[in-house]
Order: sequence, then structure tokens, then C-alpha cells
Amino acid sequence: MTAATDSPARADDKYEIAHLKLVPKRHIGRMVAAAIVLLLLAGLARAFSVGQIEWSYVRDFLFAPAILDGLVNTLVMTAAAMSIGIVLGVVIAIMRISGNPVLSSIAIGYVWVFRGAPALLQLMLWFNLALIFPTMGIPGLFEIRTVDIMTPFVAAMLGLGISQGAYTSEVVRSGLLSVDSGQYEAARTIGMTQMKMLRRIVLPQAMRVMVPPIGNEVIGMVKLTSLASVIQYSEILHNAQIIYFANTRVLELLLVASFWYLAVVSVLSVGQHYIERYFGRGSKSIRASM
Amino acid sequence: MIKDILIKAVDVTKNYGDFRALDKVNMDVARGEVSCIIGPSGSGKSTLLRCINLLERMDKGAIWVDDELMGYRREGNDLHEISDAEISRQRRRIGMVFQRFNLFPHKTAIENIIEGPVHVLSEPVKEARERALALLERVGLTEKANHYPSELSGGQQQRVAIARAMGMQPDVILFDEPTSALDPELVSEVLDVMKDLAASGMTMIVVTHELGFARNVANTVTFMETGKVVETGLASEVLSAPKSARTEEFIRAVHS
Ligand SMILES: Nc1ncnc2c1ncn2[C@@H]1O[C@H](COP(=O)(O)OP(=O)(O)OP(=O)(O)O)[C@@H](O)[C@H]1O
Ligand SMILES: [Mg+2]
Repeated sequence: MTAATDSPARADDKYEIAHLKLVPKRHIGRMVAAAIVLLLLAGLARAFSVGQIEWSYVRDFLFAPAILDGLVNTLVMTAAAMSIGIVLGVVIAIMRISGNPVLSSIAIGYVWVFRGAPALLQLMLWFNLALIFPTMGIPGLFEIRTVDIMTPFVAAMLGLGISQGAYTSEVVRSGLLSVDSGQYEAARTIGMTQMKMLRRIVLPQAMRVMVPPIGNEVIGMVKLTSLASVIQYSEILHNAQIIYFANTRVLELLLVASFWYLAVVSVLSVGQHYIERYFGRGSKSIRASM
Repeated sequence: MIKDILIKAVDVTKNYGDFRALDKVNMDVARGEVSCIIGPSGSGKSTLLRCINLLERMDKGAIWVDDELMGYRREGNDLHEISDAEISRQRRRIGMVFQRFNLFPHKTAIENIIEGPVHVLSEPVKEARERALALLERVGLTEKANHYPSELSGGQQQRVAIARAMGMQPDVILFDEPTSALDPELVSEVLDVMKDLAASGMTMIVVTHELGFARNVANTVTFMETGKVVETGLASEVLSAPKSARTEEFIRAVHS
């Protein structure tokens, strides 16, 4: 009681601090870390400049037709393999949660097999399919030589796309599971069929959860397409190799390829931001940060 | 007088494993009637509503809506399960309003309302929008047409949900504790919309703890406990002079 009546009386200068100067906290650790990083970067830059790198080769080959062709092929392969991966991923995820034991067993088996083998190995299996199936087709109707279809492009697209589908299906499945059961019920209540409900109500909401990891996978795929160089698909790394086999400027051409990979990934990261914003519409957390 | 029975439930029984959630429930709801279901938590009220619109499959018994058997097709002495597409078609005639609203969060208020008419009933977008605007006006939310659910209060969301159910022009609307998730001061705006709907002749089955609403608006009241119908009758009789001691006890407990 006395304390309560006392305190206003003592409010002379102890509580009069609103006019004092604020001294921000010093982040000593951060400053030290930044200094170390700058030093290391400077050292690295020096090493590259005194190292045996002919920067003129890097500059000249950056826009060489063979490199740009390779870049286009890398992008085409990324788009093709990722499209297959996403379509398969959605189909497999829906099969998995369908409640139909046959479909969900197929889905589980698919993920088990294609996530279990290295992508490079799968690519080579497709490319060498002719060894076990010299021809393909429906007996009596049409037949075609396997080597004629299994071009490097097709083999790489199937190998990368099908193994990607196994990963993407898990992303899609977690997206589907993230949608509240009340949403499924509300969609059923207005008479939607299963497919319409998935397409119009569930998947658009699941996208919010799915886009960040799928964006990650697209970026991973840009780099994974370099595996296709092994089966002679002319993507950017393959073309860079062909050039350095001829002119022996190995590191310069690898730097050229790195530059383009980094450029593509940067553009994709920006695109991902906008896609995330689109699928976040109507959600509080996203709007608050815009 | 023969009443025009819209919903008829006969011996509806539902088990979850060994647990009997509904035990031979019988119920008749006439066209244009407002029927309230009351009862303690876990008595099977939600389960009964969910059986009516086929969100749950019952184990025994049958439900008819407008003389159409729900979920099955009778051929002689056999009942055949109908296809998923047929189930979807039957559900279109039964609206439902949920305790937790369940609006589609990625769609605005008006998009929520036209979703069913346009994408299920194939109504032209223009007509559907006009009807949706009229419905929004009816629930007093004209100016919120282009707002997302996350931008609306609970009471406003529930009014949009009611408009969404009405947008399908159903034969009956089921309400599962439509005001239980609302702050007390928002309850009346939702009850007012429901009152207006009842006055317009919509058939309604309302699970609620709002006995005042039941007394003023409902024609019949059904009291359920442990999956059984304990008592059913005219609202005034069941609420004011219940025959069963359990009903009386429950009503007294809710009032205090
Ligand atoms: N999916 C389920 N699995 C197992 N038991 C369930 C399931 N759904 C409901 N039940 C049980 O069935 C009984 C009836 O549930 P119901 O939701 O119909 O009750 P209610 O009368 O609506 O209660 P409340 O007033 O709390 O909403 C409860 O005991 C509940 O635990
Ligand atoms: Mg309930």
C-alpha cells in the first residue's frame, strides 16, 4: 500500500529518460565474421587473377553459338523432364491417397523403384533399352527400331522425368494432406465430383505448400540435366566439354558453363517468388509480407 | 392432413468400430419445415446430418430426400450402391453449413458462392454472379463481395457460407452448430439470416445449442442422446413441456 503511494512521488528523474540518446547494440561478432569473409574473398579473387586463367577465353566463349545452343538444350530438357515429373507426381500422389488399394500399391511401388536407383543409372538404362528390346510396338500393328526412338533427348527426358516424378509425388502428397478436411467436405457438399474437387478446390490450396519445394526441384533439375552429357545429349556442359577437348581451355569453359547455370538459377528464383505470391492469394501470412 | 415429407430417415444406424454413434434413428422433416436437433456433445447430431448428405455411409437404415433413396438404387430386393457421380448429383440438392464455415480460402466471397452454380450446375457466369450478388445483399454483405474469407469476421464468413449453400438452390439446408464457433456478439447476425431464410420457406435441419432460436423459429425439435432419438415433437411442446426427464434436464442445463 505504501509502496503504491510512494512511487509517483519518486518519479522525479529516474523515470524521465525519454530524452536520452539511444546507443544501438554493437554486433562485434558480425563485424569480425564480415571482415574474415571479405579477406577470404579478396584472397580468392587474387588467386583467380594470378592463376593460369585466360579471361579472354571466358569472355569469347560466353556467347559462342555452341554454348548458347547448349544453354537452350539445357532449358528445353529442364522443361521437358520437369513437366513429366510434375504430371507424374500429381497422378501418383492422387493414386496414393485415392483409397483404391490397387492404385495406391502401384503408386508406392513406383516411388520405391524410381527413387531407389540413381538418376544417371536410369538415364543409361533408357538409352540402352535397345539391348533388351531391339524393336518396340504392338505386334502385327506397327513396329519400330528402339534405337530410332531412344535418342539421347528421349532417353534423358524419360530418365530424368520419371525419377523426378517419384520425388515430386511426395511433394504433391504432402500438399494434398495439408488441405483441411473441411475443404474436401465443403466441395463434396456443393456436389463436386472427386476430380473436380481436386482440380478446383484442393490442388490450388495445396499449391501454396507445394510451390517452394517444387521450385527447389526445378532448380535442381537445371543442374541434373548435365547428367545427359554422359549419353551425348548436347546440353551446355556437353558442348563446353567438346570445346575444351579441342582447345584444352578446361577451366575457362567450365567457368562459362557455371556462369550460365548461375544466371538461369537466379532468374528461376525470381520467378518462384511471383508464383508463390499468386498461390498465396487469400492467405493472411503472405499478404502481411507484401 | 398429410404432410409433404421431404426428408425421411428410417432406422439409421452408424457404427465407428464397436462404437454405435447412431442407433435406429427415425426422423421426418416436412417441406418448408425448420427442424432443430438438440442434445449433449457426442450424441450423434453431426453424424446424422453427415449421413443425410452422404458424407458418412450408414451401416443400416435408409434416408429418402424428396422420395429419392440416398446412396442406393433399389432393384427388387437388392440395394445397389450408386456411382460416385450419382452421389455427387444427389448431394447438390442438400446444402450444408458447417460449424467452422469451410469457405474456400483462395476464392473471394462471390467466387465462393458462384463456384457450385458455375462449375457443378454449369450455370453461365453472368447469371450466377447476378444471383450471387442478390444473395450477398440478402445476407447483408454486398460490399464484401470481393473480399477473401481471411478478410472477413467469423459472422461474415458464416453468412457467406449460408449464401453459398443457398446459391445451389437446394431442397434443404443442413446447419451443424452454425454459431458455435462465433464470438457471442456475432451470433445474432447469423441467426437473423437463418430466421429470414426460414421465413422464406426453406426447409432447414439445424443442430444448435441456441434454444431461443429453436423456440422462436423451429417447427419441430428433436432431442438426441447416445445416438438415439429420445424425444421429438412440436418445438413449443418439447422445449416447454418435455415428456422425457432427460430432455428436461438437458434444457435446464443449457439455460443455466
Ligand atoms: N470418424 C469418427 N471415428 C470414430 N468415432 C467418431 C467419428 N466421428 C464421430 N465419432 C463419435 O461418434 C459420436 C457422435 O459424434 P457426433 O459428432 O455426431 O456428435 P455430436 O452430437 O455432433 O456432438 P457435438 O455436439 O460435440 O458436435 C461421438 O462419440 C464421436 O466421438
Ligand atoms: Mg457435432
